[in-house]
Amino acid sequence: MLGRMRARWLAVAVAGALVLSGCSAGSTATVGGDDTLAVGFTAEPKNFDFTTTDGAAIPQALLYNVYEGLVKLDANAEIAPLLAESWTISPDRTVYDFHLRSGVTFSNGAPFTADDVKFSIDRVRTEWTISLKSTMDVVDHVEVVSPTHARVVLKEPSNSWLFAMTTRLGAMFDPSGVGDLANRPVGTGPYEVTDRRRGDSVVLSANPDYWGRQPAYPTVVLKYYSDATALNNALLSNGIDVISGVTAPDSVPQFEADTRFNVLQGTTNGEVVLAFNNRRAPLDDVRVRRALTLAIDREALLAAAWGGRGTLIGSMVPPTDPWYEDLSHSYPHDPERARRLLSEAGQQDLHLRLRIANLPYAMSAAQVVASDLGRIGVDVTIEPLDFPAVWLQQVFTDHDYDLSIVQHVEPRDITTFGDPGYYWGYDSPRVRELLRRADTGSPRQQVADMREVARTLSEDAAADWLFLFPNIVVAKKEVTGLVRNQVSESFDLTGLGRG
Amino acid sequence: MNSGAERLPGGRWLGDGWAPAILRRIVILLVSVFVASIVVFAFMAVLPGDPAQVALGVNATPELVERTRAEFGLDRPLITQYLDWMGGVLTGDFGTSYVTREAIGPQLVDRLGVTLWLVGAGMLVALLIAMPLGTIAAVRHRRPSGTAVSALSQVGVAIPAFLAGIILVQIFAVRLGWLPSGGWTPPVRDPVEWLRGLILPALSLGLVQGAVLTRYVRTAVLDVQREDYLRTARSKGLRPYPALVRHGLRNAAVPVLTVLGLQLATLLVGAVVIERVFVLPGLGSMLLDAVAARDLLTVQGIVLVLVVAVLFVNFCVDVLYTMLDPRLRRS
Repeated sequence: MLGRMRARWLAVAVAGALVLSGCSAGSTATVGGDDTLAVGFTAEPKNFDFTTTDGAAIPQALLYNVYEGLVKLDANAEIAPLLAESWTISPDRTVYDFHLRSGVTFSNGAPFTADDVKFSIDRVRTEWTISLKSTMDVVDHVEVVSPTHARVVLKEPSNSWLFAMTTRLGAMFDPSGVGDLANRPVGTGPYEVTDRRRGDSVVLSANPDYWGRQPAYPTVVLKYYSDATALNNALLSNGIDVISGVTAPDSVPQFEADTRFNVLQGTTNGEVVLAFNNRRAPLDDVRVRRALTLAIDREALLAAAWGGRGTLIGSMVPPTDPWYEDLSHSYPHDPERARRLLSEAGQQDLHLRLRIANLPYAMSAAQVVASDLGRIGVDVTIEPLDFPAVWLQQVFTDHDYDLSIVQHVEPRDITTFGDPGYYWGYDSPRVRELLRRADTGSPRQQVADMREVARTLSEDAAADWLFLFPNIVVAKKEVTGLVRNQVSESFDLTGLGRG
Repeated sequence: MNSGAERLPGGRWLGDGWAPAILRRIVILLVSVFVASIVVFAFMAVLPGDPAQVALGVNATPELVERTRAEFGLDRPLITQYLDWMGGVLTGDFGTSYVTREAIGPQLVDRLGVTLWLVGAGMLVALLIAMPLGTIAAVRHRRPSGTAVSALSQVGVAIPAFLAGIILVQIFAVRLGWLPSGGWTPPVRDPVEWLRGLILPALSLGLVQGAVLTRYVRTAVLDVQREDYLRTARSKGLRPYPALVRHGLRNAAVPVLTVLGLQLATLLVGAVVIERVFVLPGLGSMLLDAVAARDLLTVQGIVLVLVVAVLFVNFCVDVLYTMLDPRLRRS
């Protein structure tokens, strides 16, 4: 009796399932039709509060889209007006006068005024906890001259301060909108967060009261895929419209061959660095560091690790920074010279521990590094560490490593070489002085000094810059306005259009 | 089974050593849960990587890390941390995540819903495959078609669920474009999309379990076929299948149900992997994300829920089994 009942019930269920799947099998529309854009990402924001939670995923989703600052970094990596229509800088370059756009409101309805500028900048010092906040220590005080005129006074001139204002540090907050930043962000941007499904997606909807041009897509769904193949499949099967960044380079050719898609390949701020523990023998000896750098065939490494997609840089500067110059030929692959340098340094039977982040790019790069170094007689043990937790503790905090490989994604993070306590263990008074001068000098001085910093780092072989991560965006042909190079922290949705 | 049980007088359920037997199982369950909670907590405590440091990111100053440790209560003695946590869990409060700054309890419920749908649908697929195929394999066990089913199920057992998932996605989502390659739509929002999204994950999970179950069904039906009552039914002139359906399947279902209960635990574990492949926001993907983020409190909560779920399923199987089998009841 029961057997038959069950069989009948199951038959009904199966028939129902077939009918339902049949009904919609023909339609392949994305999440919500023409007005909706679905963008796939790999890293999901843990929450929405970038003032206390570090990581790239939160500003990637919210900056420029939900939150705006006085200034923004445009597609050409130049500082452009946003909530400030214009600004003037005093001759001694310590006083910035911002003239604010009027008629701007937050998504909770509150008007945006100079009071909010003071509130937001002061709040970095008092409430923010992420380490980047130290960039704002140079601010002496903020004056509210009028509702549309804010004056920021610095303790000393700082070029990096205005640049920092284009990042999340410059985001403008409303005093009544900071109650639950982790879950309810309130900004002045063209979008507001209207839904979130943890482990799946964040839904952004156009803010009808936005001061600027309404965005081309009224709804944008940011979908998160922890698996690179799942992300690719989502685009191939029409589940999303854009891949914000391909993390499996082997899959790029299949998109390039497909007429439905456009593939954009540009640069990022992500330097994949082979770190040398400069503090510890034998890597405190510049000859050893140079020998290791000479021994590695970076061109072959890039081909093996990332399908040849990426840029060889030779120092900690991506091509989109104003002081970039190509230093990738400073140490041409020369195992013979490497061996000579090692014996000059009196190093035989060298054993080094290569303690890397357990991420795909680091794992495959480490294989090449170990085999190249093996050819000059250096014995390398690869130890993959769980990233971020274990790597952060043992390599980054405890400096327990000889060599390490990890990607450094922050913009203009060359300044980390000015911090002797950083895990590089690199201590050069000259570099520290150049960095200080670059920050306080004129913009022209800054470019000259930063160039000098990059050259010095290269000469000292302070690290080996294996390659710069590519920015590979794949999108359906209908989606226009995507940016080739990733220069800011934001996945900027405001420039997108519909073809 | 229910129809059989209904005919029993109610008194027999509770009398004759029934209460002590169930009580003993309940005590065993509670002790297991208690021990599991300690093991889970201790395991998290010895895991390398400081949760405060990870929550704050690469460039946090040591002072800030210390302050955050104090804020999360990570600087207190382990025993205090454990008691605090368990006290909350008993009242349904799993604490607030270090990383997401959200209450963990409601998230757990949300994610558990997705996983239960997946496990339920996977189980359904497994049954749909195993019941007919296992029966056919048994009835025709010396003929080519029966042997073919047996061989096929052997192959099915050898395929990991995630591989089945990847292959199914390639065929039905990427090549044919019939079904989504992943993602989750809550059933209340759009039942059609929900079902479409559930089909491939449920198939991946169910195919393998179905193959395993087919072998059990086959053995059970084979055993039943040798019984006297079935031979009598056949000798009255019933053809093999009607005889089996009318007299055999209900008896064959007893051992199969037990296996099914035990397979639930396997399905839960399989769901963790399948959720990753199909990007479903279930308990499994929540667990993996929380582990990567060293969100210890969340990991503790999820693992405890999973352990309790498995213990509870086993408890139910034990109880059901003693109820269904009169011989066990008497002893």
